[in-house]
Amino acid sequence: MDLSRDDVAKVAILARLRMEPSDLDLFTGQLNQIVGFVAQLQELDTTNVEPLAHGVEVRNVFREDVRGESLPREAALANAPRRNAESFLVPVVLE
Amino acid sequence: MTDLTRATAASLLSLMQTKQVSAEEIARGYLERAEKLNPGLNVFVHLDAERVLDQARVVDKKRQSGGPLGALAGVPVAIKDVLCVQGEPTTCGSRMLRGFKPPYDATVITRLRQADAVLIGKTNMDEFAMGSSTENSAYGPTRNPWDPERIPGGSSGGSAAAVAADLAPLSLGSDTGGSIRQPAAVCGIVGLKPTYGRVSRYGLIAFASSLDQIGPFSHDLADAALLMEAISGRDPMDATSVDTPVPAYSTTLDTPPKSLRIGLVREFFGEGLDPEVAASVREAVRVYEAAGATVKDVSLPHSRYGAPAYYVVAPAECSSNLARYDGTIFGHRAEDFSAKSPEEEGLPPLVRMMMASRSEGFGAEVKRRIMLGTFALSAGYADQYYTQALKVRRLIRNDFDAAFQEVDVLIGPTTPTAAFKLGEKSADPLAMYLSDIYTITTNLAGIPGLSIPCGLTSTGLPVGLQLMAPAFAEENLLQTARVFERATDWHTRRPPLA
Amino acid sequence: MEYTIVIGLEVHVQLLTESKMFSACGTEFGLPPNVQTDPVSLGMPGTLPVMNRKAFELALKTAVALGAEIAPFTKWDRKNYYYPDLPKNYQISQYDLPFSRGGSLSIPARKDGGGGGQVTLTRVHLEEDTGKLTHGSGGFSEVDLNRAGIPLLEIVTEPEIRSVADAKGCLEELRLTLRSLGVSDCEMQEGSLRCDANVNLHIPHEGKMIATPIVEIKNLNSFRAVERALQYEAERQYEAWKKDGLTIHDAFKETRGWSDPEGITKPQRQKETAADYRYFPEPDLVPVVVDQEWIDRVRSSIGELPTQRRARFESDHGLSPYDANVLVEQGEEVADYYDAVAKATGEYKLASNWIQQDVLRVAKERKISLAEFPVRPDALADLINRVKSKQLNTNQGREVLGKMIESGESIDAIVTAGGYGMVSDRGAILEAIEAALAANPKAVEDLSNGKKRPDAVKGFLRGQVMKSTGGKADPALVGELLDARIAEISG
Repeated sequence: MDLSRDDVAKVAILARLRMEPSDLDLFTGQLNQIVGFVAQLQELDTTNVEPLAHGVEVRNVFREDVRGESLPREAALANAPRRNAESFLVPVVLE
Repeated sequence: MTDLTRATAASLLSLMQTKQVSAEEIARGYLERAEKLNPGLNVFVHLDAERVLDQARVVDKKRQSGGPLGALAGVPVAIKDVLCVQGEPTTCGSRMLRGFKPPYDATVITRLRQADAVLIGKTNMDEFAMGSSTENSAYGPTRNPWDPERIPGGSSGGSAAAVAADLAPLSLGSDTGGSIRQPAAVCGIVGLKPTYGRVSRYGLIAFASSLDQIGPFSHDLADAALLMEAISGRDPMDATSVDTPVPAYSTTLDTPPKSLRIGLVREFFGEGLDPEVAASVREAVRVYEAAGATVKDVSLPHSRYGAPAYYVVAPAECSSNLARYDGTIFGHRAEDFSAKSPEEEGLPPLVRMMMASRSEGFGAEVKRRIMLGTFALSAGYADQYYTQALKVRRLIRNDFDAAFQEVDVLIGPTTPTAAFKLGEKSADPLAMYLSDIYTITTNLAGIPGLSIPCGLTSTGLPVGLQLMAPAFAEENLLQTARVFERATDWHTRRPPLA
Repeated sequence: MEYTIVIGLEVHVQLLTESKMFSACGTEFGLPPNVQTDPVSLGMPGTLPVMNRKAFELALKTAVALGAEIAPFTKWDRKNYYYPDLPKNYQISQYDLPFSRGGSLSIPARKDGGGGGQVTLTRVHLEEDTGKLTHGSGGFSEVDLNRAGIPLLEIVTEPEIRSVADAKGCLEELRLTLRSLGVSDCEMQEGSLRCDANVNLHIPHEGKMIATPIVEIKNLNSFRAVERALQYEAERQYEAWKKDGLTIHDAFKETRGWSDPEGITKPQRQKETAADYRYFPEPDLVPVVVDQEWIDRVRSSIGELPTQRRARFESDHGLSPYDANVLVEQGEEVADYYDAVAKATGEYKLASNWIQQDVLRVAKERKISLAEFPVRPDALADLINRVKSKQLNTNQGREVLGKMIESGESIDAIVTAGGYGMVSDRGAILEAIEAALAANPKAVEDLSNGKKRPDAVKGFLRGQVMKSTGGKADPALVGELLDARIAEISG
């Protein structure tokens, strides 16, 4: 398959990446090259093959419901790019 | 003061135990080397000499007072900048995390502290561990101590170069598709990617969660075993860390393996393999045969699908893992996120802020993989790419399971070539991806892989031998590698540094 | 009927755990912003989730109680979307292998005869809650992550609900059930129970059935809001259809938000891109396998459910579906209270009447729960038994109960002090009747000449008799003797 420049632009929005027009050209070319490479996977007949999603096949790992310490608010907010005394701030979200 | 260019963790421990040298002196020695060599090699991206010396002095005091000491007491360990260290810069080689200081320690860091190790600096890496050359770093590339015009491998290039250049006797890296073994090979040192689940990933900044593992770099296997022992084991903070007992790797290292059936992976000797690398590996086979091993050809028929499967699974997970870097809770936020085009006018300011922040914060390779992964998971393509890749991943694991019915350990080259030149593959992402073709499949299968030095090319560049074993068979893997190490002296070679 | 409303509910409830779903910080409501977080719930780089066992077990308990089929193998998936209340920009949720499917909720019977059916559940799954956004000043919104990572159960019904009252009934039944299971406190005002509704209409038109486009209503923050919003939306869709004639085939599902002050639903801004959640298995969490033994253990921990209790009150106690529901729907305290009184008296209907007419009325007036109600079930049972054995008549019983509530004194003390006690002596009552007749010659005259009907006069005379006996006369005996006397007079 071939990814068009528009397809790549849509993926960029989905991935929240701003693309300059020149980036878009470069990425369209490179992504097509890589997608062409990974398309080899389709050569294999994988009927009845169970997907392997996890690095290790263990089951039923839980933690007990025990309450621990919260981070002090200052520590929670310390890395925030923008904040006030008690919260993280983001450009206004309109409903 | 001892000659640090001959030092190993074990030798330093013994010097400290016999009080011939203090932890502080050792730390000073390494810091002096760093002062001299780091400007050229660009190994450390954060190094706070005072904090290093403070830790060393604490260990010395502890030793003087006769208190119990951890297994790595006073041994400096360099840390790949992908691991969270509380209150210290942890930036993942990215502009995105410039200034980020985690409010917590990664579990491996906690364990190193418990072992009384001295954390010596954060090492350079490909941004978010994506790359094979350490060129994709916001801090510029790290140079290979054997040849500064060449790459140190990646993504853990800084940690590999740190040990190779004797800026630390030990270091930690992370390996998602070869990021420990490939730099170990091209830097002429030992690098171990443990079984998935052997070492806690808590505090390892995720690239591809189902593939990532933390592991040690060292000059020799005894040191690797020592560090492995300190960091391994179940962690309640990581649901995928496995509750199987941790063998005393460092104690049993010299025990000869019970069985020495070695499989030579046929598919790793195909097109693209440098003849000098091939020759070194074949020489290693002879060393094993001389040591009494039975060596046979073994096939991993789906090997050639390893890279295609990997470059779907890893980007898919990365696209999700890196979604959190959006300029909200931590990380870089763009100053200017005004609309630059008519299309952007239609986007709310919040969305533009996230898009601009991510575009400024991430480098090209990270963006490429996020795009690729987003595409591979998107509606209409997920079955064709992502699910198919997971099925192929199962076939690759089945290949290994079948091979390990016949042999105890698989061997082959770690990399197709020795270290390539800086910039050589920067313009061709796909060519770069292919430098991991021999290491990727172990990550997909979740099994351990080890690279040890096994030769030098005619131009004096190190070559690595890769050994692979079934899940949780690290003890046997190390013992098998030790058979080779005992018979050779490649692990004692050092780069011709000024 | 011009149209039928078709409703499906999507309900989220926070589970009652001490700690969050994937990490150890607390789950309290109403704290100042960002004081209940840890590196995991902040989505800090390098952090990993680990499943809270209690959260999974509470979810399992709910699904078993609702009669759902429990999956032997379940896993978690990442639902990827960017929103500032979601620090990782993916929600850990369940996609193709939720831990349960199916199950049902009953809709309680109502006084008007409605309700009484069942609603099928599509699925119940376990996911993590998001943080909260507050629209602040200066062009910024504030992000508070106290709530982020609290375990959340999503319960989705099939679009089988056919009236607004049923939708409300269904939601109330769910709340009742979850509270009785102890899995959630279900406070809509505090957001521990949240409800979205999918609504459209089926309109018979020219011999065919037209379906209007589906609308998802959000921001339903109270039971009243659910009712009002559904009512409003049905009318709005009908009017819209009359105007534009659009059907389910002509339009995508629309999301509208309920505005409580305005009493209307408003279209919510469409997202800039179509939702593409790119679900994939959460690699940081391992799957969970549930065997029959585990299910059996969970099942045995479940007590009598509201729906079972209602059925018992109907079949074993002979209560009407309406009465049974009144006693059950207000929660376990009321039903337990009733059960205790019913058991101690053996008088099910009487117990139900006393509780509904007196106990619940007073509790409501005083805004107190039955736990705080001054008259305990054993005292009420004692009182009912005295009425039953005619030591007190009903009106006296009511008065005594009133005094017990006021003073907190014992029945004996109140009866002694107030001189209560029922007069069942025929002679004394006949005497009082004769006295009443003598004092009211007009009534006797009206009776004998047939000017007034006997039962009209009887009521008046009964009042006189009760008055002259200080309310103590056995009302049944008064009635019986009066009937005989009136029959004599009216010939």
